[in-house]
Amino acid sequence: MDSKYKTLKDMPLEEELVPGTLLCAGCGGALLVRIFEKMLGPNAITINAAGCMTMLSVFPYTPFKSSWFYTAMASAPAAAQGVRDALDMLIEKKKVDKKDDLKVLVLTGDGAASGIGLQATSAAIHRGLDFYYLVYDNEAYSNTGFQASESSPFGSATKTTVPTDIIEGSTLQKKDLFEIWRAHRPPYVATISPAYMTDVMHKIEKSSQITGPKLFIAHSPCPPGWGIDSDKVIRVAKLAVETGIWPLKEAVNGEVRHTLIQGKRLPVEEYLKTQERFEHLFKPVRKEKIIAQLQQSVDYYWKSVTK
Amino acid sequence: MKELLTGNAAVATGVRLCNVDYIPAYPITPQTEIIELLSRWINERKMIARFVTYDSEHSMITGAGAASLTGARTFTATSSQGLLYAFEMLYNLSGWRAPIVLANVSRALAAPITMEPDHNDVLAARDSGFIQIHAETCQEVLDSVIMAYRIAEDNRVRLPVIVNLDGFYLSYTREPVMVPQEDEVAKFLPQYRPTFGYLNASNPISMGVSVLDSSAYSYFKYQIHLASLNALRVHEEVSSEFEKMFGRRHGLTDEYMLNDADYVIVMTNSFTTMGKAAVAKLREEGKKVGILRIRMIRPFPKQEIAKKLEGKKAVAVIDQNISVGSGGILYPEIVSALYHIKERPGAIISFVGGLGGKRISLSEFRHIASTLEGAMSGEAPKVQSVLLFTEDNWSSVKEMLKIAGKGDVNG
Repeated sequence: MDSKYKTLKDMPLEEELVPGTLLCAGCGGALLVRIFEKMLGPNAITINAAGCMTMLSVFPYTPFKSSWFYTAMASAPAAAQGVRDALDMLIEKKKVDKKDDLKVLVLTGDGAASGIGLQATSAAIHRGLDFYYLVYDNEAYSNTGFQASESSPFGSATKTTVPTDIIEGSTLQKKDLFEIWRAHRPPYVATISPAYMTDVMHKIEKSSQITGPKLFIAHSPCPPGWGIDSDKVIRVAKLAVETGIWPLKEAVNGEVRHTLIQGKRLPVEEYLKTQERFEHLFKPVRKEKIIAQLQQSVDYYWKSVTK
Repeated sequence: MKELLTGNAAVATGVRLCNVDYIPAYPITPQTEIIELLSRWINERKMIARFVTYDSEHSMITGAGAASLTGARTFTATSSQGLLYAFEMLYNLSGWRAPIVLANVSRALAAPITMEPDHNDVLAARDSGFIQIHAETCQEVLDSVIMAYRIAEDNRVRLPVIVNLDGFYLSYTREPVMVPQEDEVAKFLPQYRPTFGYLNASNPISMGVSVLDSSAYSYFKYQIHLASLNALRVHEEVSSEFEKMFGRRHGLTDEYMLNDADYVIVMTNSFTTMGKAAVAKLREEGKKVGILRIRMIRPFPKQEIAKKLEGKKAVAVIDQNISVGSGGILYPEIVSALYHIKERPGAIISFVGGLGGKRISLSEFRHIASTLEGAMSGEAPKVQSVLLFTEDNWSSVKEMLKIAGKGDVNG
């Protein structure tokens, strides 16, 4: 596809999400929200599930020029269904003018997407709901202080998977939400990263041509939860891609295509050692087994997709 | 035109007449016939609306609220476990000021799981901010749906409304129902055009935002409460207009042989019909008993209840529900409504009955009447709720326990 967005300079200048919110400095997820708002423009409604982004709109302020609707943790996709259906019906009945139509964006964290809200999401995809869904995947329940979610990586430290002499962080594997969603055969599902904004813009642009579920999983470094400085967010995000931990890909009607394939991948520990949540894998002694396991699962993934 | 309609069909017919735009749905017995009828009528183009089956009642109520905020006249229905599954969202919808109408077909709650009605489901939602109208007959069900939209959409109220009907006793029971003309209903209930707080591209808005300041939080909760209280007046206006147009009046309360009664039984919903039959019989036996049925449960019509019960000798409140560890749910509300009146009844006694749809027999009503008389002639007042359970009930349970292998049960 010939894209309007060849470099970062092609990013829309108009801001829909203005500065001055209660979010943490350097929030990776917020960068993605900002680019989505830019790309969708003013005639959009952002439907939020309980999570970090709830703190964007706190009475009496809102950073959004367009509409915002906070729902509940489990059912943001259901609210999106209600808004979409109501607008379709009211436009058909000529009670609402077509110019007042809204693009619907669901915004949830990984806890809502992978856990409590998975059923509502599955149902919305099943119904072919015409909406965008952005998951800011910071790999834990960050808003409540960083407890393990179904998206927390193996071996990572959270407030509920505290490494001890006996347990080395999370003992569970990160849920593969991309594949769970892809099994529904949605018209569009992609992974994105704040370190690759032209890739993000391409994907939003491409998906905007499609009617139906347009689903995005965004790698979202979380400075307080991951234990990184807020000026290192992009660097950490970039390392996740360069080590192959966070593949950039899309699936159109179920067909997977990687949008970036590295010639040579960096070892995963280059990514791990940038973050306090993996510090216990290196100090006071290296946990070779865990590091090797993480490396193997990345190698296995890339072997299986590039054979 | 008069038709024989089940309670469920009466709901669906009311919804069709109200020119509803959107119906999110999820099946649950004994409500399902409502959504089956509506979906069929939509497929037959007998009504122009969108019907969508959701993945749960939690999602369904969320979708209903969202559609309502977008300006669609929205209807949905549920029952029992479904209402509880959606519980979190009930509070949200009143906070969003989303004026949907929800038909709850009452069914007792698990565990143990069962099918027939009591009101622990709908009364669990009493603090949610939903207006609650509880109907006795299929006619009242249909009329209440139409009235409910007028109340919900009134700018002085702008709150969601539950119309409650008993499962089985109304949901599956056919009664003759006068079905109003479509054009008359259209005159009574104009199109819904929200004038504030709605979602559309020309008027960007932030809805449901977090309110971290406690003064602001209190302000919004008080607003919801005061709006709910406004519904008492709005209901009376709507009721008068409804009567003028359709010739039927539905008040905040309903009464039977109340005027000259010394003793009053307070009830709600369809079992009141049993109460009325029993009272007619008790009158033949020379007992001056009457019935007060509370039709509007939220907002709670305290003043009207006080007016109706002032000067009565004694009052029995039959709660078809049980607040475990306390007793009947409505009883304390009735007591508090009567506390400050001059001629307060000499005794107010709590009875719990009709759980899981267990009929209340004539002998039980007779027992209630004589308990009231006894209280007036010096018997010790009942502090705890009286649990209605007859010898027949006990024999049949004993029989079942025996079959279940628990044969050695004594009374």
